[in-house]
Amino acid sequence: MATLTDPPEHGFRLGQLIYDTRYRSLTIQVVAMILLALMMSWLVSNTIQNLAALGKDINFGFLWQPSGYDINQRLISYDSQATHGRAAVVGILNTLLVALLGCILATILGVIAGVLRLSSNWIVSRLMAVYVEGFRNVPLLLWIILIFALLTESTPAPNAFRGDEPTSSMFLDAVAVTNRGVYIPALHFASPLSQNGAVTWGVILLVLALSIFAITRIKRWATATQEATGVRPATWHYTLGLLIVPVGALLVTMGAYLDLPALQGFNFAGGTHLRNSLIALWLALSLYTGAFIAEIVRGGILAISKGQSEAAFALGLRPSTTMNLVILPQALRVIIPPLISQYLNLTKNSSLAIAVGYMDARSTLGGITINQTGRELEGMLLLGLFYLVLSLIISAAMNIFNASVKLKER
Amino acid sequence: MSDTHAQTAAFVRDSMIQQQDPPVSQSGAVKWVRENLFSSWLNIILTLASLWFIWAALSHLLPWMLRGIWQADSLAQCRAIRDELYGPDVSAACWAVITERWNQLLFGFYPQDLYWRPVLAFVLFLVAIAPVLFQGLPKKMLGFSLLSPFVIFWLIWGGSIWGPVAIALGFVVGWAVTRYLTPVIGVLPGVIATILAPIVYWLLVAAPLAGLLQDILPLGITPVGSKDIGGFMLALVIGVSGIVLSLPLGILLALGRQSDMFLINKVSVTFIETIRGVPLIVWLFTASLLLNYFLPPGTNFDLMLRVIIMVTLFASAYIAEVVRGGLAALPKGQYEAAGALGLDYWNSMRLIILPQALKISIPGIVNTFIGLFKDTTLVMIIGMMDPLFLANAIRATTDWNGVYWELFVFIGLCFFVFCFSMGRYSLFLEKKLRREHR
Repeated sequence: MATLTDPPEHGFRLGQLIYDTRYRSLTIQVVAMILLALMMSWLVSNTIQNLAALGKDINFGFLWQPSGYDINQRLISYDSQATHGRAAVVGILNTLLVALLGCILATILGVIAGVLRLSSNWIVSRLMAVYVEGFRNVPLLLWIILIFALLTESTPAPNAFRGDEPTSSMFLDAVAVTNRGVYIPALHFASPLSQNGAVTWGVILLVLALSIFAITRIKRWATATQEATGVRPATWHYTLGLLIVPVGALLVTMGAYLDLPALQGFNFAGGTHLRNSLIALWLALSLYTGAFIAEIVRGGILAISKGQSEAAFALGLRPSTTMNLVILPQALRVIIPPLISQYLNLTKNSSLAIAVGYMDARSTLGGITINQTGRELEGMLLLGLFYLVLSLIISAAMNIFNASVKLKER
Repeated sequence: MSDTHAQTAAFVRDSMIQQQDPPVSQSGAVKWVRENLFSSWLNIILTLASLWFIWAALSHLLPWMLRGIWQADSLAQCRAIRDELYGPDVSAACWAVITERWNQLLFGFYPQDLYWRPVLAFVLFLVAIAPVLFQGLPKKMLGFSLLSPFVIFWLIWGGSIWGPVAIALGFVVGWAVTRYLTPVIGVLPGVIATILAPIVYWLLVAAPLAGLLQDILPLGITPVGSKDIGGFMLALVIGVSGIVLSLPLGILLALGRQSDMFLINKVSVTFIETIRGVPLIVWLFTASLLLNYFLPPGTNFDLMLRVIIMVTLFASAYIAEVVRGGLAALPKGQYEAAGALGLDYWNSMRLIILPQALKISIPGIVNTFIGLFKDTTLVMIIGMMDPLFLANAIRATTDWNGVYWELFVFIGLCFFVFCFSMGRYSLFLEKKLRREHR
C-alpha cells in the first residue's frame, strides 16, 4: 500500500520559524545577534557616557610623551626622557626575555623530572613525585615570593666578600651571589665589528647559524654515503671543527675578553648584574612549569605502547636507536601540543612579575604608564592586545605543527 | 625397564628434598633494595645523589622545624627564647607567628566573635558537596545542596534573612512556571517564560519584597562587609563560587564552539580565545579599574563580586576548551545514534553526549579547578586580603618584622591540602567511572 502523502499545501507560516528545523537555527542566530548588538551598544554607550562625565577621551598620544620614570632592567637603551612607547617596548622585551629563559629551563627540568619519575629507581621516582606534586599544588605567586625572599634574605651582602678572610667567596672568582643579585662575567670585545652591540651579536649568531647549517649538510652527506655503501663515514671531527673554529676565529679577531665582576667600594662592578627579581621570577616560573612539563613528558612516554619498543628490539635496533627512531617520534606527537600550551601559560604567568618588581610589560605599560597618564582604558587595551597577539601567534604555530604530525589514516 | 635404573644410576633419591628458603640476596628487603635502588651503576649514582639531597634538605629543615617556638608575642621574644634554650645563631622556627595570627590568616578581619558563622558555613558547604561528590549518600541530601548557597551566603555576609530568601524565590518562580504554565502554553513559550519570569522577578519584585518582609518580620544577623573578609576564607569564597559557576558556563561555551550555527560558533570562539589569550592578572585589573566604564554611570558594586565574575569567566573559557576536547574525542557514531533514537539536541546532549564527554574531561576539569583555586592568590595584587597579602601585612608590623618562612610554610601547606585532595578525588572518580577492561 502506498503511503506517500503530499507535503502539506500551505504557504509559509510564522510558526515555521520556530518549529521547522530548516529555519530554526536561522531564527536563533538572528535573535542572538540582536541580543549581542543590544549588549554591545549598551556597553559602548555606557563607556562614552562615563568618559564624557570624566572629561576623558580615547587617545593614544600618550605613547609619544616622555615617560619620566626609570627602568632598572632593560635590554635596549632607555632613560627617563624616553617616551612611554619606548618604556612599553622595554617592558615587552623584558617579558619575552623571562619567558624565553623560563621556557628553556622549564623544558630541561621537566624532561629530566618526567623521565626520572618513570625510573625503576624507587627513591628517585619518589623524589620526582614529591617535586611535581609540591610545585603543582602550591600557588605560583607563593613560589615567586618565596624564592625572591630566599635570594634576598639568605644570601650574603656584598661586604661579606670584603677583607682578608671574607665570610663569603666568589665561585671560581667569576660568579658572586649576593643579596643584591648575581654577578656573572660579561663577554666584551676590544675591537668590535660595530659600536652597536646588536650588530656584533647578530654577526656572531649568523656565523653560528651558518656552521650549524653546514653540519646538517655533512650529516646528510654521511647518511647518503651510508645508504650507498653501507658504511657511515666518521663525521664528528668535522662537526666539532665547524662548531668551534669559525666562531672562535671571529671572537679572537674581535678581541673578546671576559669582564669579571670585582668588589669595588660597597658593591660589585663589572660583569653582568642579574637582578634578584629576574632570577626569582625565572627560577619560580621554570620550577613551576617544569613540574607540569614533567607530567606531560611522563604521559607522552607512557602513551607509547610497550609493543613498540619490543618490536624495535625484535628488529635488532639498539636502545638508543629505538629511542630516536621509534619511541620519540611517536611520543613527541603526544607531548608537543600540551608542551606549547605550557609555554603559553608560562608567558602569561610572567605577568606575576609585579610581585617582585620585575619591570615586564604589565609593570611598565599596564602599571606606571597608566598611573602617570591616567589612560587606563588605552593602556589595558594595548596590554591585552600584546598578550592576545602573542598567544594567537603561538597557537597558530601549534596548529600548523599539529596538522603536520597528525596521524595520516584513511 | 624398571631395573635399568639400578644399573645406570648409582644413586636414586627416593624422598623429596625439604623446601628451602631462597638465598638472602633473592628475597625480602635485600632483593628489593638490589632491584629498586642498586640495579646498575647509573642507579647507584642516582640513589646516592638522592640520598645526599634528602639528607641535605632534611638536616636543615627538620631541626629548624622541630626546635620551633610556639609561644611568643613577637619575633624578638621568639629569638630571646631561642637564645635561652639552644644558644644564639641556632636555626629555630618561630611558629608563634602562626599561633598568634592564625585567625587572621584564616578569616582576615572578620569580627572575632562571629567566627562561628564562617565555620558553620564551611561545615554546611562540606555537607552540601558530599552528595555531589559521593554517590553512596542519600539522594535527599541534594535538596539541601540546592538550598545551601543561600544559607552560606547569608551566614558569611549576614544582614537580613529576607534578601537571600527573596533571591531564592526567583528559582521557585522559574520552577513553578515550568511545572504549571508550560503544559498550558506550549514548550517554546514555556521555555522563554521560564527564563524571563525569574529575571523580571529579580529585577522588579525581589528587592521591594525583601524590604517588605523585613519590615513585617525583622529577622537578621550582624552584617559583615566584603572588605573584612580575607585569608583562606576569601580564597575559598572566590574559589568555590568560581568553580561552581564556571562549570555550567564552560559546558555551554564548549557546546557553542561545537555548534553549526555560524554566529553562535564565532561568538564562542572569540570569547574563549580572548579570555585565554590574556593573563588573569590583566583581567583582574580590568575588573578593578575598568569595569566602571562599561556600566551605567553611578553603578558601583562590590569588588569581591567583580572578582568572582572575572574569575568565573576566566575559568569557564579554560573549561570550555577541556570539554571541547572531550566532545571531540567521542566517536561520531554516538552523535548519530542519539539522532537515530529521535532525541532532540538538548536531550541527546544531556543523555548521551555530555555524560561521556564529561567523563573523558574529568582530569582536565579538575586541573582547571585546581588552577582556579591557586589563582585566587592573585587578588592580592588588586589589594584584596588573600593569605599572601595578610602574610605581607603581618610582616609589616613591628612585632613580626622579618618573619618569612613560617608564614610561607603555613600558607603553602594549606593550599597543598586543598589542591592535592582535589587531584586525588579526580583520580578516584576516574577509576570509579572507568568502564572498559576492568
